[in-house]
Amino acid sequence: MSLEIQKLSFAYDGHEVLRDVSFRLEKGEFLSVLGPNGVGKSTLFRCILGRLDSYAGTITSNGDDLSTLPRRETARRLAYIPQIHQPTFSYTVLDTVLMGTARQLSPFSQPGKTQVERAMAALERVGAAHLAQRDFTRLSGGEQQLVLVSRAIAQQAEILIMDEPTSALDYGNQLRILQLVRELAKEGYGVLLSTHNPQHALTFATRILALSEGRVAALGRPEDVLTPELISRLYGVDVIFAKTTAGRVIVPALAGDIV
Amino acid sequence: MKMPDSRRAALSMAMLGALLAVLFVFSFVLGRYDMSPLEVIRILLSRLIPMQETWSRSMEAVIMNVRLPRIALACMVGACLSLAGAAYQSVFQNPMAAPDILGASSGACFGAALAILLGLARGGVTVFAFAASMLTIALVYLVSARTKGARSVSILLSGVMISSLFSAGASYIKLVADPSDQLPEITYWMMGSLSGARLGDVTFALIPMALGALPLLLLRWRINLLTLSEEEATALGANTGRLRLIVVLSATLLTAGSVSVSGMIGWVGLVIPHLSRRLVGNNCRHLLPASMLMGAVFLLLVDNVSRNLLATEIPIGILTALIGAPFFIYLMTRKESLL
Repeated sequence: MSLEIQKLSFAYDGHEVLRDVSFRLEKGEFLSVLGPNGVGKSTLFRCILGRLDSYAGTITSNGDDLSTLPRRETARRLAYIPQIHQPTFSYTVLDTVLMGTARQLSPFSQPGKTQVERAMAALERVGAAHLAQRDFTRLSGGEQQLVLVSRAIAQQAEILIMDEPTSALDYGNQLRILQLVRELAKEGYGVLLSTHNPQHALTFATRILALSEGRVAALGRPEDVLTPELISRLYGVDVIFAKTTAGRVIVPALAGDIV
Repeated sequence: MKMPDSRRAALSMAMLGALLAVLFVFSFVLGRYDMSPLEVIRILLSRLIPMQETWSRSMEAVIMNVRLPRIALACMVGACLSLAGAAYQSVFQNPMAAPDILGASSGACFGAALAILLGLARGGVTVFAFAASMLTIALVYLVSARTKGARSVSILLSGVMISSLFSAGASYIKLVADPSDQLPEITYWMMGSLSGARLGDVTFALIPMALGALPLLLLRWRINLLTLSEEEATALGANTGRLRLIVVLSATLLTAGSVSVSGMIGWVGLVIPHLSRRLVGNNCRHLLPASMLMGAVFLLLVDNVSRNLLATEIPIGILTALIGAPFFIYLMTRKESLL
């Protein structure tokens, strides 16, 4: 399963947000999207998820135009993992994960034994099976994010779309979620994940897509494309890349440092 | 270990069902014409299986022509208003949504007032109320389709606007109505009442109610998806636009069908779904049937009070507001808030 974006452009009321964005995501890849606020990351994700349809260019999966596929078919290919947020009505964790199986069921049917087993297996995969009967809204942020990941696993789509999944989490949970996502990519999922933290992209992603002013500023392996120059261009701040035995780290350049 | 949710919900529903059955039979016993529960059951069953007549003609007439239509209507209206309320709350992601939120009730009031002004008989009033109610919703949909912004918000706002237009129309009709007979009739209708219910009302309301309830019950698990964000619901494979339209139309049919035979009975569609959420949780798979059962029990109970407490009947709409509003204040102010 693959996802191809070709010459994607999008404008809100004549104001251009995305311009000629092209990239390709294969299964097994962890592609991290970087870019400042308002650069069009969310717009890009909304186009891919079919929420915005007046874009120019094509978004295809295995050669099929996603905008022409029925919803249930797109749901077989892409799963979306949102940022955690308080839902209006709370469900149990199991009921929440079961909603991932909706695309496998006809409109009039209810999830049965097969779907419950699938949901439990998905919860087990992320180590959250013990939460199954808990109320989703009573969980910690990290637990909620795990549950949303397992809902995507229960959906059995091969590409995971994650829009800044770590931004509402504490430090430990950020790393735990990213580690889990990296493992999922190794197991064969294709992951498209946007983040505000270049260090996360550097440490966890297999490829990076950097957006600047709606265009692709860089696309490639983190070690090749992620440089102090790129970060300065994206965010307007100076950083230093330090080599350590555990990999490269990005630290801010403070006044007096030699960049 | 806590009982799994689905089993707890099934148990709650079985208990509600049993309660409804007992209350149903007991309601026939209440009233000025004394009869025993056993006789009631025998008379009701005699229509299905041949039985030796041990009761008088007048007893049978009271049960079949007076009490049965009224009791059946109380159950149907209670169940449908509650089902519509639960569905509206899910589809608008708003725990304060209620059956009259889109103006179905004020439309019905206008239609009923107009029919009374024109001097139509009871059947005409019912038909007018239903037609005006559906017309209101069609207008709300047309207006909201032309607005920008989030769909669920624009529908609610257009509902408020169109509804206030029809209320103004109804007020004007009250102004010009004959104060000696038409005005009291309009006022009484607007207060909501099941008195004088006939078998014809039951069969008239049955069609829109069945047409509204069936899709909601069939789609009930999928309706859960509409309570998520639009992005999530779409990505999970739901056709949100079509699903939302079906749910809103079905809930509106239920409301219009109910209001046209019973007048304005407020609070049921708001309070009962909340009580049901307490009992079986927010999963529509259990919430919708539980709301129906609880709504039927509640309205039947209140109607028994309405027709038996005082010598002159108290309109049921007044009673549901008297019970509903304080109860809702209690829900809002408890430590563990539902809202």
